[in-house]
Amino acid sequence: MIAVELIKMLRRPRTWLIVGMLIALPTLVAVLLAITDLGPRPGTGPPFLSAVLSDGTLFPLAALGVVLPLLLPIAVAVLGGDAIAGESQTGTLRYLLVRPVGRAHLLLAKLLTVVAFVLLAVLLVAAVSYAEGRLLLGRAPAAGTVSLSGSTLSQQELAWRTALALGYVIISMLGVAAVALFFSTLTRSSIGAALGTVGLLVASTVLLGLDAANALHPFLPTRYWLAFVDLFRDPVLWRDVLRGLVVQLGYLTVFTLAAWANFGTKDIDD
Amino acid sequence: MTGAAKANGQVIRTQSLTKRYGDLRAVDAVDLDVRTGDVYGFLGANGSGKTTTLRMLLGLVLPTSGEADVLGKPMPAARQDVLPHIGSLVESPGAYPHLSGPANLALLDATGSDRSPRQLRRGLISATLEQVGLSAADRRPVRSYSQGMRQRLGLAAALMRRPPLLILDEPTNGLDPHGIQEIRRLLLQLNNDGTTIFLSSHLLAEVEQMCTRVGVLHSGRLILQEQLDVLLQPTGMVAVRTFETHRSAALLGSSIVSVEGNQLLVRAEDPAQLNAYLVGEGIRVDEIGPYRRTLEQVILDVEVQT
Repeated sequence: MIAVELIKMLRRPRTWLIVGMLIALPTLVAVLLAITDLGPRPGTGPPFLSAVLSDGTLFPLAALGVVLPLLLPIAVAVLGGDAIAGESQTGTLRYLLVRPVGRAHLLLAKLLTVVAFVLLAVLLVAAVSYAEGRLLLGRAPAAGTVSLSGSTLSQQELAWRTALALGYVIISMLGVAAVALFFSTLTRSSIGAALGTVGLLVASTVLLGLDAANALHPFLPTRYWLAFVDLFRDPVLWRDVLRGLVVQLGYLTVFTLAAWANFGTKDIDD
Repeated sequence: MTGAAKANGQVIRTQSLTKRYGDLRAVDAVDLDVRTGDVYGFLGANGSGKTTTLRMLLGLVLPTSGEADVLGKPMPAARQDVLPHIGSLVESPGAYPHLSGPANLALLDATGSDRSPRQLRRGLISATLEQVGLSAADRRPVRSYSQGMRQRLGLAAALMRRPPLLILDEPTNGLDPHGIQEIRRLLLQLNNDGTTIFLSSHLLAEVEQMCTRVGVLHSGRLILQEQLDVLLQPTGMVAVRTFETHRSAALLGSSIVSVEGNQLLVRAEDPAQLNAYLVGEGIRVDEIGPYRRTLEQVILDVEVQT
């Protein structure tokens, strides 16, 4: 069942269109940086963008920093929102359920497929931007990459920190995926479910900029998304990374259960 | 109950099956009784609750109250056991529009735990497509299919694993007259080979031509359930067509049931005897024969009574 869902995802032109968009944006950034040699002023703009001018090996992280706040979560919202509502729209949901595929089983397969998509997208973005960084941007200093704290990281250290960062980015999308899946069980419209999810993320971002909402900040889904930057401090600053993991697992648990509670006993009468 | 149902050859059996949406009783205490080998015609106007009943039999919609046993097991509790043995088509057929017909069938087959072995799947798909009048060589995406082709693809999905029970909602919907005849022939062939068919329809003529047993749903209530030949058996009346209606009526007196235009309905056992009598009295009889009600009349009569 999960294999079939993966095949369905991979055979959809839309999947590759979205992946293409996710790769195109950092590529544009790389080209612009290479041509103009103008980085954002330190402390502004996406993380690592100033650093990559002198060290192209950091560009995969810069690329993730570019797609993470907006493009990647929207992609996840679109795929997650389509999971059940899309099957409902094409009239194939009842085919699956009378085949029979258990409802909990179907939800799980859909969730895993969205996670697989995030994995695919993040790895492709990282791989392409690594090549772009090597070709277009600054060569790594012979002594090794400089961490955000000013110390020097060996190739090996840089590799495992990058791997951890990729993993963290993937986990950061679990909450979005679960929310989108839940909305997808509520409506027949996959666009509606995706927009609902994006709406929630926008609200979260707005509240993060509001001091009056300070008490809510630790619970907002977007709060710790960029904490992967802390993995490049020396020593690693784990606090926000760990909090980010807890928040994402919380959203994953709550919304997956909500999706299951709603979908498990829902009348399929479209 | 499970054993008893099997012994009776009951394939579908519901007891007081009810689905309420708020105050509306979409399906109201329905007792269905479908036996092995039946072609059961489930009739009713649009909105009478046919589709909701079908969805309950398939575990898509949960009943508010009542019980449904399908293939001897309770639904929806036993859906994982029961559904692999049912082929179904509920309302308009669905498919992934960007994939071809064969690709859709292959994905659907691969989804279940009873999937066909890979090397057999291709043969099974092309045989099934051929059965419903589609070609396995057609690689066009389903989005370019006509409505009739989609309907055929939906039927192929239902037939693919050769299930002993078919539950079909308006199976000839969207087909042209030639296609309707083809599918009707196919379904009768399958029934001949032992498949029990439960089909819903609002086309009386179709049901009259195909079915062995009918159930009629009216505003959610099952107002009639009977073998078709019992419903259409002779009525003990003879229809006489003649222009001399007044003289005939006078002759036959109290055995006249009705006079409409130039047709008389007469209570009589033997048309030949009646014919001889009338002709002997010098009445010109244009047409005479046993009077049978059509299914339409049967249903209208029952609807008037309820």
